[in-house]
Amino acid sequence: MSLPFLLEIGTEEIPDWMIPGALESLRAQLEALGIAARMDATPRRLVARAEGVAERLADTEERVNGPRKNAPEKAVEGFARKQGVTPAELSIEGDYYTYLRKTPGRRMIDVLAEALPGIILKITFPKTMYWTGKSGPRFIRPIRWIVALLGSDVIPFKLAGVRSGNVTSGHRRLGSARIPVTVGTYEQTLRDNFVILSAADRREKIQDGIAALCVHIKPDLALLETLVYLTEYPTPIVGDFDPQFLELPEEVLITVMRHHQKYFSVVDESGHLAPHFVAVMNIDADRDGLVRRGNERVLQARFNDARFFWQTDQHKKLADRVEDLAHVTFQAKLGSYYEKTERVVNMVRTLGGDASAQRAARLAKCDLTTELVKEFTELQGVIGGLYARAQGEPDEVWQAIYDQYKPESMEDSIPRNHAGRLVSLADKLDTLRGCFSAGMIPSGSRDPFALRRAAQGVVKILVEGRLDLPWFGLLGDAQLTGFFEDRVKFYFRDIRGFRYDEVNAAMAAGWSDLPDLESRLLRFQKIRATPDFEPLAASFKRIKNILRQAEFTGGPFTAALLEPGPEIELSDEINRAAGQPIESVIHALRPKVDLYFDKVLVNAPDPAVRANRLAMLYGLLEQFRTFADFSEIVTNS
Amino acid sequence: MDSFQEIIFKLKSYWAERGCIIQEPYDVEVGAGTMCPETFLRVLGPKPYRVAYVQPSRRPADGRYGENPNRLYKHSQLQVILKPSPNDVIEQYLGSLEAIGIDLTRHDIKFEEDNWEAPTLGAWGIGWQVMLDGLEITQFTYFQQCGGIDLDVVPAELTYGLERLAAFLQVKDSVYDIEWAPGFTYGDVRFEDEVQFSVYNFEMADVDTLWKLFALHEGEAARLLAAYPKSAQEATQKARFPLLPAYDQVLKCSNLFNTLDSRGAISVTERVGVIQRVRKLAVGVAQAWADQQEAAQ
Repeated sequence: MSLPFLLEIGTEEIPDWMIPGALESLRAQLEALGIAARMDATPRRLVARAEGVAERLADTEERVNGPRKNAPEKAVEGFARKQGVTPAELSIEGDYYTYLRKTPGRRMIDVLAEALPGIILKITFPKTMYWTGKSGPRFIRPIRWIVALLGSDVIPFKLAGVRSGNVTSGHRRLGSARIPVTVGTYEQTLRDNFVILSAADRREKIQDGIAALCVHIKPDLALLETLVYLTEYPTPIVGDFDPQFLELPEEVLITVMRHHQKYFSVVDESGHLAPHFVAVMNIDADRDGLVRRGNERVLQARFNDARFFWQTDQHKKLADRVEDLAHVTFQAKLGSYYEKTERVVNMVRTLGGDASAQRAARLAKCDLTTELVKEFTELQGVIGGLYARAQGEPDEVWQAIYDQYKPESMEDSIPRNHAGRLVSLADKLDTLRGCFSAGMIPSGSRDPFALRRAAQGVVKILVEGRLDLPWFGLLGDAQLTGFFEDRVKFYFRDIRGFRYDEVNAAMAAGWSDLPDLESRLLRFQKIRATPDFEPLAASFKRIKNILRQAEFTGGPFTAALLEPGPEIELSDEINRAAGQPIESVIHALRPKVDLYFDKVLVNAPDPAVRANRLAMLYGLLEQFRTFADFSEIVTNS
Repeated sequence: MDSFQEIIFKLKSYWAERGCIIQEPYDVEVGAGTMCPETFLRVLGPKPYRVAYVQPSRRPADGRYGENPNRLYKHSQLQVILKPSPNDVIEQYLGSLEAIGIDLTRHDIKFEEDNWEAPTLGAWGIGWQVMLDGLEITQFTYFQQCGGIDLDVVPAELTYGLERLAAFLQVKDSVYDIEWAPGFTYGDVRFEDEVQFSVYNFEMADVDTLWKLFALHEGEAARLLAAYPKSAQEATQKARFPLLPAYDQVLKCSNLFNTLDSRGAISVTERVGVIQRVRKLAVGVAQAWADQQEAAQ
């Protein structure tokens, strides 16, 4: 017989962003127990439900060997007694008495009662706490109730002082605090108590609710997910703000609404910000407009602050703030932002930056001394750019300052202009150099200064900006070069989807010029699809092995020592191929190489001939050295 | 409409009814209610404790000369410590909001993740900022560590921002317009504090003097800590040892640090080091206090 299963872990409010991960962790553990559960959650409950859970585990059989069949009767009786049966119930297998012990499968309810406490405590969270005392269990937030049902029975266990039962809890203020449920009534009972269990349903309620408000919001899926997991009964409302605040930069207004208040921004038909916002409440309605007015007042105060800072900051130009950077720490071991600025300006110059780029580098960090950035740190750079524009800096300069932290992720775009790309590169390279020289090097999952992201940004800018710059020499230490090598590989493999052996082969021919590496890789992909490529690559691998075994590192080549036939033919082909793009020579080269290895013995008895042959093969590899090392290719043959 | 003081009375009565000792504000300058011995030291050790008090909290750098309607050099926190935290602590907390007239079926309450940390105190906890119609009104924290010590019993700390709550309830756009008592606004009572301390903290505080004071208080705290009897044989000396006065010296250092900071007098290189110095003292007091309490058992 199979039964429905319900587990609800009732907690205090779990941080929204941790919920999906926790559900997956719980689901996987139940699966290991043979329960295929569907998962749901609100901030106050993690829920697993399953149909068709077997009432019992399968019966098991075990064969127990006893005494030899010629053993004395007493021994046989003793064995039978130990198994709790009569000697007649034993059987003989081969030379021994045996007993087939059948164990009925355990009741699932017992298995679950035993396993669930451990499973619950093993749910993974990025951060946990204890609440019952120092040696008590750890969880993301205190567990306050547990519903655990198999069929109509409670799966009995105790965890963190909470006894499992059949009593759930509704919305904190709109629902009842203690409500008995069955597996069948559970979801509807919650619904009646203002808890929408399904995230999809809450998402839909938010979206439908916004549609019904007749406003256009700036789409923001991340914010939507946050609100879905921050509420049990989400209801959107629209509010207004004084249109005079629209004179503030849109970036600032959106940040206040988005990051500080978790509001959606509203746009008009032309996509410009409109003086409204959408907030999502965790109650059913705002009948008297109290919630709307409350939110409007909070927003008004925040906008007032922002405007005050915006105006105050204008009293001192960015250019007059450079000296103030001496008071802002970049990193304890790496000095102030003033020192960093000096280094970055120099590096921009080394990278060939013009006056605009150097000007942008000089002003780039000045916004760290402004009140607005102290208030909205996530807008650093952007605010500097906006101030620079307001203070009459040319487009090339203010845009470079605005974009200096780009790309912030692999999905983000790179800075829009050349000066911005140089400033972003120099800033990141300086951070990397400094951290590596001070021993602050990422290891495993520890990367507190986000150096991987910085290096990834450098790679992305160089490739997508098609910049061939003398950046390689700036890396200095071998450790940092190795770190970048991994980042370049990661970029081309994981972000761009090249095959790992292609990336290795192309990088073996050099990777200091990343746009060049990219174009070689793109050509590589095309060549690889041609039928001659893989056999040729296999031959190249063979050549490399021959040269390595012979410890050959170059030597004179004399055409006069060539034998007529395949050897001369290959030599001619190599000469023809010289200076030609690889795409056009593979086809002709491949049969000559094959024939050569078929007919010619490289290890000729005459040492002079042998050396000459090695020199020719060496020359062949050399021709492609700047393109790729084909011996890195993993071939099927 | 309740006045500022009426709101405070109601909250105090509410928590008194739930077994809290109602304390008066601590009489040494602090940056937050958490720093008072009633929180910082009482959360250590296994003894249950419940206390509530209003603590004027000084943040020199937040002063705005009385010109900003929402920012204050000195604001008032209602600090509630429930040790151990009761199972229905959130319900009790929501009840306190209802006690001051907030109908939570008509207002939007959200608990948003916000873990609190005070590096100078070696203290941190897990919790939320409580949002009421988009306004942060309370910091709710389950203490995990204090003075670098894992806590035996986990207390819940509720820190209400009283000015914000009052402005919300009285529908005032400026804290200075809050009615403190019938006929008196918040501005009538506190405006001069804001102006004068802003002038002092930002313009006139004598940096050399403040550094000297810092060194004196630091030295006194360190001297006392060094004299704390270590051995178990000295039980009598331990029991009467003046750790509370030592902690006062630490609080003085902390406030001086904040004042120096608002004066722009702490350079980059010094900053981390000064925080470390205060932390070392705070942690030292906490550890000695835990030892003293244990010895008294």
